[in-house]
Amino acid sequence: MRRLSDVFFARPEATIFIVCVALIAYFAYRNSTFYSYYNIIVMAQYMAPIAVIGAGEVLLLDLAEIDLSSGQVFLTAPWFVVIMGQHGVPLGWGIGLSLLICCLIGAFNGAIVVWLRVPSFVATLGVNYVLAGWVLIASSDITTDMPGTTGKFGAWFGISNWSEGLWGLGIVILIWALLKGTKFGVHTTATGGNELGAAEAGVRVRRIKIWCFVILALVAGFIGIIDSIRIGSLDPAAPGLNEMLAGVTAAVIGGTALTGGKATVVGTLIGAIVLGVLEDGFNLIGISANWFILVEGAVILAAMAVNVQLGRWTLKTARR
Amino acid sequence: MNDAQPEVAADPGDGPPGNAAVSETDAGRVARLDSLGDRDVILHTEGITKGFGALLVLRGIDIHLRRGEVLGLVGDNGCGKSTLVKILCGFHRQDEGEIFVEGEQVAFHSVKDARQHGIETVYQDLALIPALSVYQNLFLNREITRFGPLRWLSNKKMRQMARQYLDDIKVQVSSVDALVESMSGGQRQAVALARATVQESKILLLDEPLAAMGAKESALVIDLVKDLSHNRGVSMIIIDHNYQHLFELCDRLNVLQEGRISLDLRVEDTTMEELTALMVAEYRRRIMLGHQELRV
Ligand SMILES: Nc1ncnc2c1ncn2[C@@H]1O[C@H](COP(=O)(O)OP(=O)(O)OP(=O)(O)O)[C@@H](O)[C@H]1O
Ligand SMILES: [Mg+2]
Repeated sequence: MRRLSDVFFARPEATIFIVCVALIAYFAYRNSTFYSYYNIIVMAQYMAPIAVIGAGEVLLLDLAEIDLSSGQVFLTAPWFVVIMGQHGVPLGWGIGLSLLICCLIGAFNGAIVVWLRVPSFVATLGVNYVLAGWVLIASSDITTDMPGTTGKFGAWFGISNWSEGLWGLGIVILIWALLKGTKFGVHTTATGGNELGAAEAGVRVRRIKIWCFVILALVAGFIGIIDSIRIGSLDPAAPGLNEMLAGVTAAVIGGTALTGGKATVVGTLIGAIVLGVLEDGFNLIGISANWFILVEGAVILAAMAVNVQLGRWTLKTARR
Repeated sequence: MNDAQPEVAADPGDGPPGNAAVSETDAGRVARLDSLGDRDVILHTEGITKGFGALLVLRGIDIHLRRGEVLGLVGDNGCGKSTLVKILCGFHRQDEGEIFVEGEQVAFHSVKDARQHGIETVYQDLALIPALSVYQNLFLNREITRFGPLRWLSNKKMRQMARQYLDDIKVQVSSVDALVESMSGGQRQAVALARATVQESKILLLDEPLAAMGAKESALVIDLVKDLSHNRGVSMIIIDHNYQHLFELCDRLNVLQEGRISLDLRVEDTTMEELTALMVAEYRRRIMLGHQELRV
């Protein structure tokens, strides 16, 4: 008979879930503001982009690839909207076209990796800097207001309290369903787990890879537009790599392997919550941002070490 | 070019006993197939060549497989047996030459194309995904889905069918949810074979299906192969280095040497000793021919 604890610990999300609960309990105990309505909204807004980028990166990590440009796509998508608006493109069209360009950027990333066989780490790093440079040039390095922040539209797409958090959650659930519930998801995991074997079984591994890059770029761009509508202005010098790394960190501490074939969107969501809780909690109890960085590093190391060990113990009984 | 005569002439001393008889029955000679006339032939090829970069692996393969027949393919390591199988199942594309299924020329652009012609494969490397479960591997790329274009997986149905089928063919796994990475080599092989047979197929290509198996599991696979061949009329090409298995399972044997089919023998016309001797003789003959060609 399987003990409940076996089943629980066999899940890659187990470690991060315990860490998450412990952190929430700790900060709630230290400072009651932590679980105030307003603070929860602030945390949700902070977590949403991390969770979305992280969930999108899970698709690529599952393939044993990575996209370092996702954070910069997140920052650049609203700039597309702004620049097109300056050229007279209506807002709705601007957003639609911006998302289309994001998809093309994703397809470009995928094509370089698949056809030119450039490692994704290098290819997407290049794309990251190209986009960052373009933003600086196109904006003339001037902070700009984001359009679309008024009225019903604005309320739906970022302004109202829960808008960003709910969009984030919705996208994460979609990616989770895609990965766990569809043929596409199984083929993604198969490609990451044994690319040659998957190809021999007839899986279109190249097509799968390109689509994963496209999906990540699309969701990153979308949540980027939402995020900047909420904030209301765009900073051309914001570093995209940070946002990308936060997403990848959430994925990795959540139990996703960098080596492919082991991916958990649920773990990534919990990972994003942990990062949000840490950042916010440290703020509240008055510890400086510098300590946050140090502790974040320690959490990553600890979570990874525990995950790897648990993975070894439970390999034989692992269940999906 | 007549292949049989020089063989005897070039190396009369080493010819096995019975060599003359073999020559008379036309075995020992590459069978030229009057292809479209023979309605019994389910799969045949004409002049298949394949190279990887500068390495020319296959130099003109003519094989034929009759309906319900089990054809054994033997040859040294690295002679191109797996490459040939991967061409026949649509994974590789041949450089030259044609493939015919039931007399009709086909062009496989993908493994799926070949599957649609009823060709299933067990690869030498098994092509299993360690991180996926038994039933996910069994149904890889033939997932049962619903809700149309969403391709939502019917896991329940696939689990149930997998359990049922594995029971039917007496393959034992702890659970259809067990990950393949937790299984032994023999179990993996059984899962790979189950995957190739879970759906009806006309032609089965088995690349060393017994390589990692113990005696009991081998017997299980041998029984399954016999059942597929006798009761379901599946035609098969089997690659194996074990002559005992081949003589037990096959109707006919083809030897692949130096990129060509050098020998085509019916199992009942030959013995293991003779086959070995013929292969050695053929090998020597080709070396001598090679020297002559160089001198000319
Ligand atoms: N994808 C490939 N790229 C380059 N060379 C290859 C490739 N596949 C096979 N080869 C080469 O082609 C030759 C034939 O390989 P193949 O796997 O078909 O041999 P085999 O007859 O199946 O051998 P074995 O009995 O060891 O399985 C080998 O020299 C191998 O190195
Ligand atoms: Mg081989």
